[in-house]
Amino acid sequence: MTAGMAAPSPGQLRELALTEEEYHHAVRQLGRVPNQLELGMLGALWSEHCSYKTSRRLLSQLSSQAPQVVVGPGENAGVVDLGDGLLCCFKIESHNHPSAIEPVQGAATGVGGILRDVFAMGARPVAILDALRFGELDDAAQRHRFAKVVEGVGHYGNCIGVPTVGGETYFDAAYQGNCLVNAMCVGLVTAPRLLHAVARGVGNPVLLVGADTGRDGIHGATFASVQLDEGAEERRPAVQVGNPFLEKCLMEACLELAGSSALLGLQDCGAAGLTSSCAEMARRGGVGIRLDLDKVARRELGMTPYEVMLSESQERMVLVVERGRVEEVRAVFDRWELRSDVVGEVIAPEELQVIAEGEMVARLPLPVLVDGFPPRRPGSSRPPRVERDLGADPLTGGLSWTLEEAWLRLLASPNCADTSWIYRQYDHQVGDDTVVLPGWDAAVVRLRGRQDGLAITVDGAHRSSLLDPRRGAQLAVAEAVRNLACLGARPLALTNCLNFGDPEREEVMWQLEEAVAGLADACRQLAIPVVSGNVSLYNDLSGASIPPTPVVGVVGLVGDVRRLPGPGFVASGDLIYLVGEETAGLGGSELQRLLGCGVLGPPPGLDLELEGRASEAVRQLVSEGAARSAHDCSLGGLAVALAECCVVGGLGAVVRLRDRPTPSDGGRDLLFGEGSGRYLLSVEPGGGGRVEEVCASWRVPCARLGEVGGDRVEIRDLAGIPLAAAAAARREGIAGPMAGPVL
Amino acid sequence: MTWRCGIAVFPGTWSERDCAHWVELAGGDPVMLWHAEPELKGADVVILPGGFAHGDYLRTGAIARFAPLMAAVREHALAGGPVLGICNGFQILCEAQLLPGALLRNSCLQFRCQTTHLRVEVSRGPFLSGLEAGEVLQMPISHGEGRYYAPPEQLRELEAGGQVALRYCGPSGDLGDQHNPNGSLRHIAGVMNAEGNVLGMMPHPERACEPLLGSEDGLQLLRAALAVLAPR
Repeated sequence: MTAGMAAPSPGQLRELALTEEEYHHAVRQLGRVPNQLELGMLGALWSEHCSYKTSRRLLSQLSSQAPQVVVGPGENAGVVDLGDGLLCCFKIESHNHPSAIEPVQGAATGVGGILRDVFAMGARPVAILDALRFGELDDAAQRHRFAKVVEGVGHYGNCIGVPTVGGETYFDAAYQGNCLVNAMCVGLVTAPRLLHAVARGVGNPVLLVGADTGRDGIHGATFASVQLDEGAEERRPAVQVGNPFLEKCLMEACLELAGSSALLGLQDCGAAGLTSSCAEMARRGGVGIRLDLDKVARRELGMTPYEVMLSESQERMVLVVERGRVEEVRAVFDRWELRSDVVGEVIAPEELQVIAEGEMVARLPLPVLVDGFPPRRPGSSRPPRVERDLGADPLTGGLSWTLEEAWLRLLASPNCADTSWIYRQYDHQVGDDTVVLPGWDAAVVRLRGRQDGLAITVDGAHRSSLLDPRRGAQLAVAEAVRNLACLGARPLALTNCLNFGDPEREEVMWQLEEAVAGLADACRQLAIPVVSGNVSLYNDLSGASIPPTPVVGVVGLVGDVRRLPGPGFVASGDLIYLVGEETAGLGGSELQRLLGCGVLGPPPGLDLELEGRASEAVRQLVSEGAARSAHDCSLGGLAVALAECCVVGGLGAVVRLRDRPTPSDGGRDLLFGEGSGRYLLSVEPGGGGRVEEVCASWRVPCARLGEVGGDRVEIRDLAGIPLAAAAAARREGIAGPMAGPVL
Repeated sequence: MTWRCGIAVFPGTWSERDCAHWVELAGGDPVMLWHAEPELKGADVVILPGGFAHGDYLRTGAIARFAPLMAAVREHALAGGPVLGICNGFQILCEAQLLPGALLRNSCLQFRCQTTHLRVEVSRGPFLSGLEAGEVLQMPISHGEGRYYAPPEQLRELEAGGQVALRYCGPSGDLGDQHNPNGSLRHIAGVMNAEGNVLGMMPHPERACEPLLGSEDGLQLLRAALAVLAPR
């Protein structure tokens, strides 16, 4: 055993993302000074990325209690029961820091990582979704980053043959320094094939399979747990390079083994590599693992134990196999031409022991390594600006644009635009199960041999979160619920990715506390269990934090995939209904962003109980087949939603609102306010009564606004635009700025 | 009488299950053929499905063509047996020189997954003689390297010999650059060998096999092919 070293310098500790307090805490618990390797292992596992030391106490507010939940947070991915022995497994994860440094590989390996989390459970991935944030597209560097991230996401999913079925992308100057790349994966597994990431049975062999271990990605976990700075480019070696071909073979081999009793536990080698995968598997099983590093296949000569233990080389999995059945398992990997090596064994003491060249080079008790970090409770406070901003007029300086001009500018905003520039680069159909393609409110993947299917959506709300992070998180959940309701789907469970700045800043910590509380509240009231999640902190560049960006991924069940309405109007003469209130609110709205007048005023109101009832009403109308089209009002408000229904359906509309504009806002709030709980439905001419009946039974306001038809989108007495102009604006929002060569 | 359709599986192939589903819907009997075994398992028709065989390293299809299975596929093809290459399968057939030409990077330099329309150019061979020349089919593409290329002289031969099987077109069969998703020469989406028993196409007929998936034209193509096969 290598002797402990002299106390490390503050600089060395910073490199490992450890504080001095944490170092001394480790020394006290170990009863000795850790050596260099042990310190590196502690730094990695105690990093925010692996330990959730800052967020863990907050996340305990999120409930995973519900009858359909099979596996809640704490494993590779959450699992819910779809009935008839079929389980759905899903999770969302961030890869923000690597994507900021090396967008193609950062995004690609983000997808690769989340795929491994899902097939590590024995589930075949059936869908990928992404949630992306970039700075404004008028900046060439942002266009480059956007193009390259999309290329990376597509590259991995396209090669491995899992469809990327949906997602959401926003552009806002606040993400100039830090782009966000969140990837979600959904998989299916039958109950007997479900795997767990656990080590059991003393004496059982531990195998490392897939890629050789190289020097790439060392300190990836700690790198994700500190701020980016101007020298971040130098951290490029901390970004891994993906090999989707290798992962495809690895996935097929693991799925082939999922039904075998020889395979006792499976975990992917993600952040902090072998150290975290072995430590976490053993910790869950109440056992230990002894690793012999000389057995680990390496990509290069001269790698130190430190590098081997902390390498984040991609496309590797750790298996615990029943003693005596190694050859049977290896035969499967051999067939797929994959390397597999016995690199250790399960031991009784709850320790991670590391042997190199016959000597024990690290020996750490798992309770210390996995859970021994001192909880970090940074101070939090509501910044004074919030009070001032909430009270401000949402549209300071007034609006020189006419309503028509504002309407067309909103439609041409990349945040409201047609997203086909993105999803046509993603294979969204492989698998023959995508029945609702990208571009609708939610994607739908059918379940073979059944009538029902999975509706999947990802949503976030950052501008309202900047004003009120609690409300923002609730609005994100509400939007996801609406997106599912438009397809008649009921939410089954939620996964979340909390993208925030540096929690050492009191304002950020306050945002995080508020957002988690809001998330917990919304999920409780809307009865959605939280089954998995990921926290990405330190999204700062040179001291400036991103806006709080809670992203939620929600999976729901649609009753009959053959009867799904789209967002677009279907036939002239159909009646248009608004479910929900007309009056909304412009605080944090897209109109505000276009005007460049800051993020001001109260965020959209939200009555979670009403939101729940409205979703019930819409779900019922859609499932009954009463609604011929359904679309929710979100960014850009009622006017943008109406224009979208028209453009997608290729039909105009004439509507009239009941509420009158106030003299001060001249109709801007009515048209472009982004209140929650609102949907636009269209029904056959005789179908209005049913809408009114169902809405009344759920005590939800609804109003007949007008009719489908004509070649204009007309809101009587307020504004009207030609359908062709609306379509052109929407088409150009992303495609326009991206038309030229990218750097 | 059900026809046995062998579906090749290379490391990196991903549409083998989609193809099996499609074959079943068309009334065929799918059987998977492993790349490392030179064995067609009694298949009447061989399908080389889409994917990224061997990671498409070096060049698309460049490694897959050396697979032991491909020796058996070649033998089958040269004996007049029907062989269909879809997407990556088309690329492999070109590399194996069972089909003329090559597939280059899309002219837009991006991957493209979208619906396309295809005009049937010739009604011949096991795969297309059940369809009529001029018929328009709708099915999706999904590829980064689908720009068909052949040298001018070869291209003339292909046209003259009725080897151009499918072209990208508009919904009514009209040709134009706006309907060509990848910059293929002469809007070529699929070609066949001189004998007509080997067909390669970039679009995915196996993704157009149910109304729920947006089109049944791919199913129609396979049904017509299986109906045309001489009774054994």
